[in-house]
Formats: sequence, C-alpha cells, structure tokens
Amino acid sequence: MNVLFHLPIIVILIPLTAAYLMPLVGHKWKKWCNSLAVVALALSFVASLVLARLVLVNGPMHYYMAGFMPPWGIELVVDYLGAYMCVVISFITLLVALYSKEYITKELSEQRRPQYYTLLLLLTGSMMGASITGDLFNLFVCFEILSISSYALVSISGEGKALLAGYKYLLIGAIASSFLLLGIGHLYISTGTLNMADMFVRLPPLYSSWTVLAALALLIVGLSIKTALFPLHVWLPDAYTNAPCSVPVLSTLVIKVGAVAIIRLLFNIFQPSFVINTIPMTAALSYIAAIAIIVASLFAISQTDIKRMLAYSSVCHVAYVILGIGVGTELGLTGGMLHIINHAVTKGCLFFCAGAIIYKTGTRNIREFGGLGRKMPVTMGAFTLAALSMVGIPPTNGFMSKFYIALAAMTAGRPECAIVILLSSLLNAIYFIRVINITYFGIPEEEIEIDEAPPTMLYPIVMLAACCLILGFGVELPLTILRPAAQVLLGV
Amino acid sequence: MIPVEFEFLLRHYNYWTSVILVMIGLYTMIVKKNLIKKFMGLNIVETATFLFYISMGDVEGGVAPVIVHGEHAAEHVVYVNPLPSVLILTAIVVALSTTALALTLAIKIYEKYGTLNSERILELM
Repeated sequence: MNVLFHLPIIVILIPLTAAYLMPLVGHKWKKWCNSLAVVALALSFVASLVLARLVLVNGPMHYYMAGFMPPWGIELVVDYLGAYMCVVISFITLLVALYSKEYITKELSEQRRPQYYTLLLLLTGSMMGASITGDLFNLFVCFEILSISSYALVSISGEGKALLAGYKYLLIGAIASSFLLLGIGHLYISTGTLNMADMFVRLPPLYSSWTVLAALALLIVGLSIKTALFPLHVWLPDAYTNAPCSVPVLSTLVIKVGAVAIIRLLFNIFQPSFVINTIPMTAALSYIAAIAIIVASLFAISQTDIKRMLAYSSVCHVAYVILGIGVGTELGLTGGMLHIINHAVTKGCLFFCAGAIIYKTGTRNIREFGGLGRKMPVTMGAFTLAALSMVGIPPTNGFMSKFYIALAAMTAGRPECAIVILLSSLLNAIYFIRVINITYFGIPEEEIEIDEAPPTMLYPIVMLAACCLILGFGVELPLTILRPAAQVLLGV
Repeated sequence: MIPVEFEFLLRHYNYWTSVILVMIGLYTMIVKKNLIKKFMGLNIVETATFLFYISMGDVEGGVAPVIVHGEHAAEHVVYVNPLPSVLILTAIVVALSTTALALTLAIKIYEKYGTLNSERILELM
C-alpha cells in the first residue's frame, strides 16, 4: 500500500531518473541507450496503468510533495484527466522509443543518440508532471522543461533548417512562457496562493477585478501558443517538417498537454460558470478553433511535403480538441478529451509511416510516392487505415471523437460548429485520399528496389494502426475514465 | 498638489516600469533582424517579469524574513514576502537554460550560414 501511495511521484520520477542516467550510459555503453529508454518508459507505462486503475476505483488521488500540506507545499492531483493523460503519454512515448532504435541510426550521428534519448525521457517526465500537478507555478516549471527539451529535439539533427526551426520555436515559445509567468504573477497577487484548488475557492469574489481578467488573458494567450492554436501556430509547421519523424509524434503530445492546461485553467482554476456564462471565453475559443480547423485544412491541401501536410493536419486536429472544450458541455468536453488519445494514436501512426517511407526511399515529396503501396504493403496499409481515421470513416476512432464533438455542438445549439466538423472532414479526405491514390495507383518514375522497414519500426506502426480500430470499436474503454473526468471538471 | 491620474501612475510605478520593459522587449523581438538581438529582446521581457514579481513581494520598511531570537528580537517586525523571490530564482534558472540553448543554436546557425541576419539567412536557404 505504501508504494501505491507514492505512485503519483513515481510515475514522473521513473523517466526523469532515467534521463539523468542516460548521459552516463551513453558515455560508457552506447548500445544500451535504447534499452534503458524502453525499459524506463515501459515501467512508467505500467505505473500509469496502475495509477489509472487506482483512480478509477478510489477516486482522485492527492499527493503532497515532501509531506508539506497545501497551500504551502506542492501538491500533485491525479484526477481522472491526469491519470488518462499519463497513460496516453507513456504509451505513445514507449512506442516512440521502440521505433527510434532503428530509425534514429539513419537520422542522427552516434554522439547525438544519447542526447536524443535524454531529451525524450525529460520530455516524457515533464509532460506527465504538467498533466497531474496541482500547483500553478509547478505547471509553469513543467511546461518550461517540456518546452526546452522540445526546442532541442526539433534541432537535434544539426542541419541548417532544423536549427532555424528550433530557434523560431524557441523565440515564440519563450514569449509564451513569459506570458504564462506574468499571468501566474497576476493571479498570485490577487489571491496570495499558487495552489489550484485553493485558488478555485478564493477567486470568485475577485472576478470583477481587472488583474484577474488580465491574468486569464495572459494565460490563455500563452497556452494558445504552446497548443499551436491557429493564429499562433506559426512555429509548428517548420518544427515538424525539419525534425526527425519521431519528434512530431512527441510534439503532438506536447500540444495536447497545452490543451489539458487550458482545461485546467478554465475549469480547475476559474469556475465553469464564469468562463462559460459571465465571460464567454469558451465560446470565443470554440469560434477561433472553428476558423483554425478550416484554415489549417486548406493549408494542408496545398502541401507537397508529407511531413508539412501532416503538420498542418495537426494544427487542424488540436483545434478539434479546443472546439470540444469550447462547446462547454459535458458531452463536448468528453469528445474533446477523447480526441486527445485518438489524435495522438492516429497522428503517431501517420508520422511513423512517413518516417518509414523516408527511411527507405529518402523522399518526402508526395508526388514521388508512386507504387509504394505494393512495395511496402504493411506500412501503407497502416497509413491508409490511419488516414481514414483522420477523415473520420465510421469504424475507426477518428469517427468516434468527431461524432461526439459534433453531437455536443448540436445539442448545445451550435449547429455551425457541427457544420465546420463536417466540412473539415471533407477537406481532410481531399488531402489524405490524394496520398493514398498516389501510393496505390501512381506509377513510379524510376523503378527502385525497396522492401519493408525493419521490424522494430513496423511493430509500433502496426500497433498504432490496430489501436485505431480497437479504440473505434472499443470507444467505451477511454470513455470509462473520461465521463467521470468531464463530470468532475464541470462540477456536475 | 499632484493630479489624481498622475498619482495613480506614480504609486504603481513599479508595475508601469515592468509593462514598459515588456513592450520594449517585444518591440525589439519584432523589429530587429539579428537573431542575437531578437533574443536580447526576449531577455528584456523575462527580466521585466522578474522585476514585476520581486516588486510585488516587497513591503515598505520590510526586512528579510528571518526570525531573530534573543534580545534583538523586535515584537512587530514587518517581513518582505519571500515567496515571489523564491519563484523568481526558479524562473531565472529557466531563463538561463533557454538563453544557453538559444546561444548554442545561434552559434550553430552562424557556422552553417555565416550570418545571423534573419533576412540574409532566408535568402541563403
């Protein structure tokens, strides 16, 4: 029982400890780096599953760091949403570590590999920390660790374009961090506390204060940059295009953690009635998200680089999550949070497939993909399945979350949001079916002999493609934890 | 006799200073073409945030929050709020690591392109 009591901190500490050991292991025994990362992330995945089980049975867990009671000490709150995010993050990062074993040998030199795994583990630990922390300043610190490790991961290949993409991401991300810090300062000045639960109680009498409203504005803008919400998404396409293919898979998780922080800000720090009715913040977010969905889909259609196309698709799909949150009902919140796992799984599969194609053929141009369907049947089969899921064809998981969000928009009396989802599904179909068409029916310009990617790359691809179907048929699986999560967040 | 509006400005001069510094920093980031100068703008924004925190924790006539025992212990001592300073220590570490990473990237970019002017780099790409 004692170990289970400490589980919230153990889940975060496993990847962080492994991250500290990694440079040493990389210095002495280079080939064990991947094994250490896989073992650490597998342990962390098992711990997250146990944590989720505990939360489902016993309700939200509170852990006080070093035994100091809140509001003085730092509190970890593993509620339903936090436990769910821990499972999603550790599962996807585990697959990334498996996939990296072969993939990274072609992308990175031997000296950089230990650094890559160190950053990967740091990123995992800080993402989980940001999902389950109950302290506003701790949230900022976790966000900084995950931002700095993702800046470094984006430019890890050391190529000119990757360095510039990383620099651009860093400049924009650091502005977001300063805004977050300023916003947290405003809230601290008004309430005198940094604990989220304490702030939730102390804020209502101060709702008319300009300081609190400024804090809300600063935090929303800062988190929107981290989440790559449409007008503030400019860092994302460059970062995704120039990083190795495993990094965008991690980055889809990073922007999801931003969305989770927005949920925490709107419903755990401010009260749902305030952000839904008094200041229609959720409505504003949902309209921005609706514009983001359409514009990002249009951008994606005009791309010829597969990674850039998938990057704009990510901008579009994170806006779905925000749209679900912005509807502001229990159903919408459930749909938005369901899309977190569905998009992470599907986009992970698509980027893994793109990575396998680049690993084998060396081209990123969609027009040169002719005939790949016959040469790499497993990879392209998984790509097709995941692409159908992105479009939202019924038995796949993408359909389920889009259906939930659209249904929520209809029942909340916002049919225009449902129309946006329908329209964007059509636009998604245009750019994904173009790729599928070329790979299966296109004629290659020159015959090149290629075969399937190595098994350590294929297993994660097949596993994620299977998840697209499993989460489609078994949508009840994530919903068992998401329904209570939405109820707790909205205080129903 | 000082007008009311002017007094309002004067009484919160610490906040106004940090607001002006944030604006200067953001302006630098937008206008300057040199990548290092852009980053210096960011450092100004960060420092303005630190000043904002530290000045909000300060109490007029306050002393360092150390409990003194013995004959020097005064009865009604006003302490400065230590928490914002502690928070800023963490934020300074964060800003430092961001700066270190940015400068590393800037060195690498200079090695690749031979310039740090963002417009020149775009031409070279």
